[in-house]
Amino acid sequence: MENINMNDIDTSAPAEHLTFRIGDQEYSLDIMCVREIRGWTKTTPLPHAPAYMKGVINLRGTVLPVMDLAERLGMGSSEHTDRNVIIVVKHNENMTGLLVDAVSDIIALSDDDLRPPPEVGGTRGTGVIKALTLRDERMIRVLNLASVLEFESLDAA
Amino acid sequence: MTDAPDPMAEIRGSFFIECEELLEAMQDGLQEIENGGSDSETINVVFRAVHSIKGGAGAFGLETLVRFAHRYETVMDAVRSGTLDVNTDILKLFFRCADHLSHLVRCSRDEDAFLEEQGRELIDLLNNSIGETEPADEPEVQIDFQPMGLNINLDLDMDGPDLSMDLDIPVFQIHFAPSAELFETGNEPFLILRTLQDLGPCEITCCTEKLVPLEQISPETPYLSWDIVLTANVDIDEILSAFEFVDGLCELKVDQQNISTLAPELSPLEVLPILEVLDVAPPSPLATVLPTPKPTPSAVKSVVRVDLDRIERLVNLVGELVINQAMLSQSLESAGLSPHSDAMNGLEEFQRLTRDIQDSVMMIRAQPVKSLFQRMSRIVRESSAAVNKDVRLDTEGDTTEVDKTVIERLADPLTHMIRNAVDHGLESTDQRTASGKPPQGKISLTAAHRSGRVVIDVSDDGGGINRPKVHQIAIDKGLVPADATLSDSEIDNLLFLPGFSTASEVSDLSGRGVGMDVVRTAIQGLGGRITITSQEGKGTTFSISLPLTLAVLDGMVVQVADETMVLPLNVVVETLTLTETNLDQVRPGLDVVRIRREFVPLFDLGVSLGYRSALDNYIDAVVLLIAHENNSRAALIVDEILDQRQVVIKGLDDSFYRAPGIAAATILGDGQIALILDPTDIIDQAQEISPVKRAS
Amino acid sequence: MSLEILAVDDSRTMREMIRLALEPAGFTVHTADDGVHGVEVLEGKMPDAIITDINMPRMDGFEFISAVRTQDDHRATPILVLTTEAAPELKIRARTAGATGWIVKPFDPAKLIKALQMVAG
Repeated sequence: MENINMNDIDTSAPAEHLTFRIGDQEYSLDIMCVREIRGWTKTTPLPHAPAYMKGVINLRGTVLPVMDLAERLGMGSSEHTDRNVIIVVKHNENMTGLLVDAVSDIIALSDDDLRPPPEVGGTRGTGVIKALTLRDERMIRVLNLASVLEFESLDAA
Repeated sequence: MTDAPDPMAEIRGSFFIECEELLEAMQDGLQEIENGGSDSETINVVFRAVHSIKGGAGAFGLETLVRFAHRYETVMDAVRSGTLDVNTDILKLFFRCADHLSHLVRCSRDEDAFLEEQGRELIDLLNNSIGETEPADEPEVQIDFQPMGLNINLDLDMDGPDLSMDLDIPVFQIHFAPSAELFETGNEPFLILRTLQDLGPCEITCCTEKLVPLEQISPETPYLSWDIVLTANVDIDEILSAFEFVDGLCELKVDQQNISTLAPELSPLEVLPILEVLDVAPPSPLATVLPTPKPTPSAVKSVVRVDLDRIERLVNLVGELVINQAMLSQSLESAGLSPHSDAMNGLEEFQRLTRDIQDSVMMIRAQPVKSLFQRMSRIVRESSAAVNKDVRLDTEGDTTEVDKTVIERLADPLTHMIRNAVDHGLESTDQRTASGKPPQGKISLTAAHRSGRVVIDVSDDGGGINRPKVHQIAIDKGLVPADATLSDSEIDNLLFLPGFSTASEVSDLSGRGVGMDVVRTAIQGLGGRITITSQEGKGTTFSISLPLTLAVLDGMVVQVADETMVLPLNVVVETLTLTETNLDQVRPGLDVVRIRREFVPLFDLGVSLGYRSALDNYIDAVVLLIAHENNSRAALIVDEILDQRQVVIKGLDDSFYRAPGIAAATILGDGQIALILDPTDIIDQAQEISPVKRAS
Repeated sequence: MSLEILAVDDSRTMREMIRLALEPAGFTVHTADDGVHGVEVLEGKMPDAIITDINMPRMDGFEFISAVRTQDDHRATPILVLTTEAAPELKIRARTAGATGWIVKPFDPAKLIKALQMVAG
């Protein structure tokens, strides 16, 4: 049930989603792929890493790569403060940390709530948003974790 | 848990390991058939793999496995003998059966439940494919000598109980006249007679009337026959089984007298124990009947089989222990304790113990490379057959122990190197003969411990690297400029470049799309290095040098920009400080440090890693002199040397970003992650990035 | 009595099983991986008996038996075929090649020992 694809969203039961904020935008992820949420800790930077690759942190003895989701979505990074959080997700047996501004809520989304995103051409974020939904008149972007994590290195130095 | 190792359990263990190899061979073979690159031997290889699995499985009483393998093998045999054509449907079925066979092997090993329905479906499909609908016949588990083990009494003290006095014991009259063929198959009448004697008292009369005068005797013509009267409480079948091998090779008549007296309840007591053994013996696997094993002294080595998970846990715990100990020493030091205080002395002892424990734990994971080498002999066998060369593999040092993980991850690169050696390294038989070499090519595989590392060499006695050709190919492929002058060793190293392949025509073997660059990457992934030496006309040697374990590393902890990093200690030759006199510039972009009479290229690690820009002034900067695997040297500028210590290696997930110059990571005493540098990679990178700016 | 045996089988498991069955009973066991290897190992040795598998790479059991029988030293060395098939035509082929007897896998150590003693003394 992890990694739901664009094409086979479970239509029967509503799926729980974790919503979070990056800048002034709201996003959500299927809760099934979320392993834990951690406060911001200093990352160890990797040499010549692209901007979205924040570095690595120590997650109870294993080395966890951390991705700056704002950079990955092409929004540019803001200063990191103690209020930032790292969402630890598991995808294809790999654990990754996603750096976001703040976690907001857990909501249940059924297929009826989801709207396909309008076609957009050629931007960096293409494909990473698999659906849109409305909550209290705010737009929430449902992320496609697979396309967030699986891509050819975009701009490695 | 018993102290004595159970030899059957060990063989069982190694049977499953062998199964994995066989399954792999089977998969490879099927793949080859699918790719259309197969010949008649391919199906034989697949058949033999299934057959061997069946044979072993039978020995361990794994009936489901035996039954399935038998059906699978039967259909494959039909293909082998040409009565069944391989079309895509059959091939698809074979692939499915291969998967199911793997499943059965693994379930048998782990004692898990089988997917029975899938098995039944596949057996039906197999039967249909050769037009058999009856899944019934299962002759394979049947045993040839039905009432076996009549001579359980291995001590051969059969003369002991005197049974001849008992009148109720049956008496048999046997006439036995060997024919000439009996001798041609290596059978020996005398031994058969002795077997009869083991059953009970015999009166043997030799009939010599056919004997010819001595001068006419032909040594392999039988002239003698025998009449035997045997008194023994045995079934007639047991007597016949003594003649089983010579059935049809002799004249044989067995008659039983006083049948009526043969009643089990009247059997003399002395014989009963034997009968009881007989009851237990039948088709059950080895262990039940084995006489108490008296292993030879060399084999007496008590072994405990431990679940690998438990060892992994222990390794992880020891890793944590090392980190904790490092944290503790850090906090004690920062508390300002005197180095001579009890606490600091105790800490030193603690450090020593931790290190000992760590070494011992690592030893648990160490395994001889023998299994790996054995696998390679199969590769040589297969690949030499595929290219029609006569090749011998010599191995040496197969008791050398290496971390289990290293062994596992070495299998692929080594396989490729061996195939390469067979395919490209060795000349064809004709060429060898023409150049006065023995027609049989030789590949040798050696392993040895050398200064804390394991060195594995793959050598062939072939023609050596064709350097002009390699050079030309590299130029043609645009890998080197056409006007470049390269040394022999530089040309040899071209083989490791991505996208290089010497075979002008892709052969069966190396057409797998793997180049030596992939081999090198795999070896580097293990913290190893690979080097190449070649002599024209004499052969080529690839030498792999590996760390003993992947889990720990003796490191030098350094500060670069704001980051703490670790360099493998074994590459650091010495440390020095830059001065006005030892720092020189060859040309803009190439600075050197003078060490004794040598000029060593200089790189600023902070700049190479992109952590900061070049410094204004490098005088007094700390420099580490690094030795490459190929003996060339480089000097790295770091900001500060912090410590020398053993660190626990943690793998880096490089699924979406692989950092250049970084081999792995470790966790420091303060819980922060420090990256472990790969100096060779850094220098390769650095040569393309901004050099040290000389300040004056 | 200590018999010297050469066991030829391409399955490592089978070779180990044979060794395990025979060594405790005092036999000396040499092994070879296939027919070609078997012929090599045989060189300079005079085993009291040979055990061979049929399905093997490079040189199968039938070829191996024939090869052994052409050597004067081993014309009369007992050869037992260790096979999973009990089919009569297989036995006939083995016998034609010069095999002394056969044992059907999975074998039972006592049976193997007995068969060896029966053919080799």
